[in-house]
Amino acid sequence: MSKVLVFAEVQGDDVKSVAYEILGKLSGQSVDVAAIGSIPAAAAEKLAKHGAENIHSIKGDKLEQYTPEGWSNALKNFIGDKGYDYVLAGSTATGKDLLPRLAGSFDAGMASEVVNFTFDGGTFAGTRPLFAGKCLAKVEITGPKPHFVTVRPNALGMPTSEDAKAGATNEATVDAGTIRAFVKEIVKGASEKLDLTEANIIVSGGRAMKNAENFKILNELADVVGATVGASRAAVDSGYAPHAMQVGQTGKTVSPSLYIACGISGAIQHLAGMRTSKVIVAINTDPDAPIFTKADYGIVGDLFEIVPLMTKEFKALLG
Amino acid sequence: MNIFVCVKQVPDTETKVTPNGDGSFIETSSIKWIMNPYDEFAVEQALQVKAANADSTVTVLRVGGVKDTEALRTALAMGADDAVLVESADNLDSYMIAKALKGAIDKTGKKPDLVFAGKQAIDDDCLQVPQLLAQMLDIPSVSVVVGFEMNGSKLMLKREIEGGSLEVYEVETPVLIAANKGLNTPRYASLPGIMKAKKKPMAQHSLADVGVSDSDRRVKYSQFTLPPEKPAGKKFEAMEEGARAGVVKEVVGLLRNEAKVI
Repeated sequence: MSKVLVFAEVQGDDVKSVAYEILGKLSGQSVDVAAIGSIPAAAAEKLAKHGAENIHSIKGDKLEQYTPEGWSNALKNFIGDKGYDYVLAGSTATGKDLLPRLAGSFDAGMASEVVNFTFDGGTFAGTRPLFAGKCLAKVEITGPKPHFVTVRPNALGMPTSEDAKAGATNEATVDAGTIRAFVKEIVKGASEKLDLTEANIIVSGGRAMKNAENFKILNELADVVGATVGASRAAVDSGYAPHAMQVGQTGKTVSPSLYIACGISGAIQHLAGMRTSKVIVAINTDPDAPIFTKADYGIVGDLFEIVPLMTKEFKALLG
Repeated sequence: MNIFVCVKQVPDTETKVTPNGDGSFIETSSIKWIMNPYDEFAVEQALQVKAANADSTVTVLRVGGVKDTEALRTALAMGADDAVLVESADNLDSYMIAKALKGAIDKTGKKPDLVFAGKQAIDDDCLQVPQLLAQMLDIPSVSVVVGFEMNGSKLMLKREIEGGSLEVYEVETPVLIAANKGLNTPRYASLPGIMKAKKKPMAQHSLADVGVSDSDRRVKYSQFTLPPEKPAGKKFEAMEEGARAGVVKEVVGLLRNEAKVI
C-alpha cells in the first residue's frame, strides 16, 4: 500500500472533477486530498465518499492566485516530511505548469498526462499517449520519492462505486516562499465554457467553415448540448478561430465523450488530437474524407445544412 | 544580454508513427525530423529581443541524437549566434534533458538573462523540461506564453489558461519563457542566413561532459503500441435535401439511445 496525495483544484463550490476520477482508481491505497484555498464542505463530503482519509485546505499569504513559484513552494512545504510516495493531479492548465516545477524541487520523477494507471503492490504504472496519441506506452517512475503524476481529465471516467473513508478536514497554513513572477491581472477569455481539455462534448469546425462568422452555427449547437467549440489547424491557420480553440498535435489533445467534427477532413495531426474521444460524429461533404474512418456516426452532407438541423433536433430532445 | 533558446528535434507532424520490433520505442529510420513547432516561436522571440538590445547573443541548445542537426541549423539560419549540441540517445526523459541543458548553459560560462523554450515538444508531450530547467537554474518560469513585452529588465508576459483566458505576469530577468503558438510569427531562414549558418560555431558535448548519467533517469517507457482501432462506424448519406432531416433525426436518436452520450 502506498501513501498518496491527490492535489485538487477548487472550482466554484466543488473541486475539478478529475480529482474524483483519480480517487476512483486509488482504492486500496492510503489517500489524502489537498487543495490550495478552501475546499467547500460539500466537496469534502464527496471526496470522503470517494476514498479520501484526510482533506487539507492549504492557506497562506500570496496563495489566492496561482503562481508557479508560490504554489510549488507552498506544496513543497506542505508535503515536507509527510512521507507521501505519490502526488497525483489533473493535467489542467495549472496542473501541467505546477507539477513539473514541484517535481523538480524534489529532484523527483514525473509521468505526464496518463490516461490510465494501476497501483499493483502499491507501485504506480501508467499508460500514456505519445506523439499526440499516435501511439501509447507504459510509463514507470524511478528515483527519489515522492513520484509525481498528472492525469488527463475525462480519461478515467467518474467512479461507478464508492469506497468511503473518514475524510477528516484540516487547515494548513504554509509559506509561499519567494515569488518572482507575479500575476498582475487575469484577462477573461470570450468563453465561460469548460476548456477543451476538460469538456465533455466538443463541436469542432474545419476549413469548410469558410470564415470566422460561420462558427456562429457551431456555437448555437454547442449552447444546446452544453459543448465547447473547437477548431482544426486548417481553420486556425486560415484565421477563422484563435489558437486556444485548436484541437490536434500542435493544439489541444482532447478526449470528450462526444466529438462532433464539422467540415474537418481529418489530417493525421488532427486525428491524433481527438481520436480518444468516446464517440465521434463527422459531418463532411467528401465521402472519402479520412475523418470518416474514425467516426462512429458519419454524415455525408453539407455542414451548413446538417448542423442547424441537428441543433433543432437536440433542442426538441433536450428541450 | 545572454539569451538561450532550447530546441528539440521531433518527427514531422504528418509522420505516421509505428512502434519498433520490441516495443521499446518507435521506428525512427524513415522519419523526417523538424524543429519542434513550438520552439520556432521561442527562437523568433529570442531574435526579436536581440534585435532590440545591443550586445545581446542568442545561443541555441539541443540535447539529442547527432545524426541530423536540422533543428540547430534552422535556428542558426534564422539568426541565432551559436549553438550547443549535447549528444545523447533518443530516449532521455525530461529530467535528464533539463539537467543536460542546465549543464550546457553552465559550460558556456554565461549567466542567462532570458531562456526560451517551446511550451511542449510534440513527440513525448511531457511539458516538463521548461519548468524543470527553471527550477534547476533557480529562476522563475512562465509557460504557455502568448504575449511578450519587455522594458529594460522588466517583462510582461501573457500565459494562456483555460477557455482562452490569460494570466498576465510581471517579472524581471532572469526568467524562463515557454512559448505557445500565437506569440509571434516565426521568420523563415533566408538563403544568405542558411549560408552563414554553416560557418557559425556549434559546440558539442557528451552527456558525461554536462554531468548527466544513467542514474539521473526518472521515467522509463516500454510497451509502445498503436492505439486500438475503432470498429467501422455507421455512415449516412445526406447530400440530398430529402434525406437530411431523417438522417439527422436518426443520428441524434442513436447518440441518445445507442451511444448514450446525450
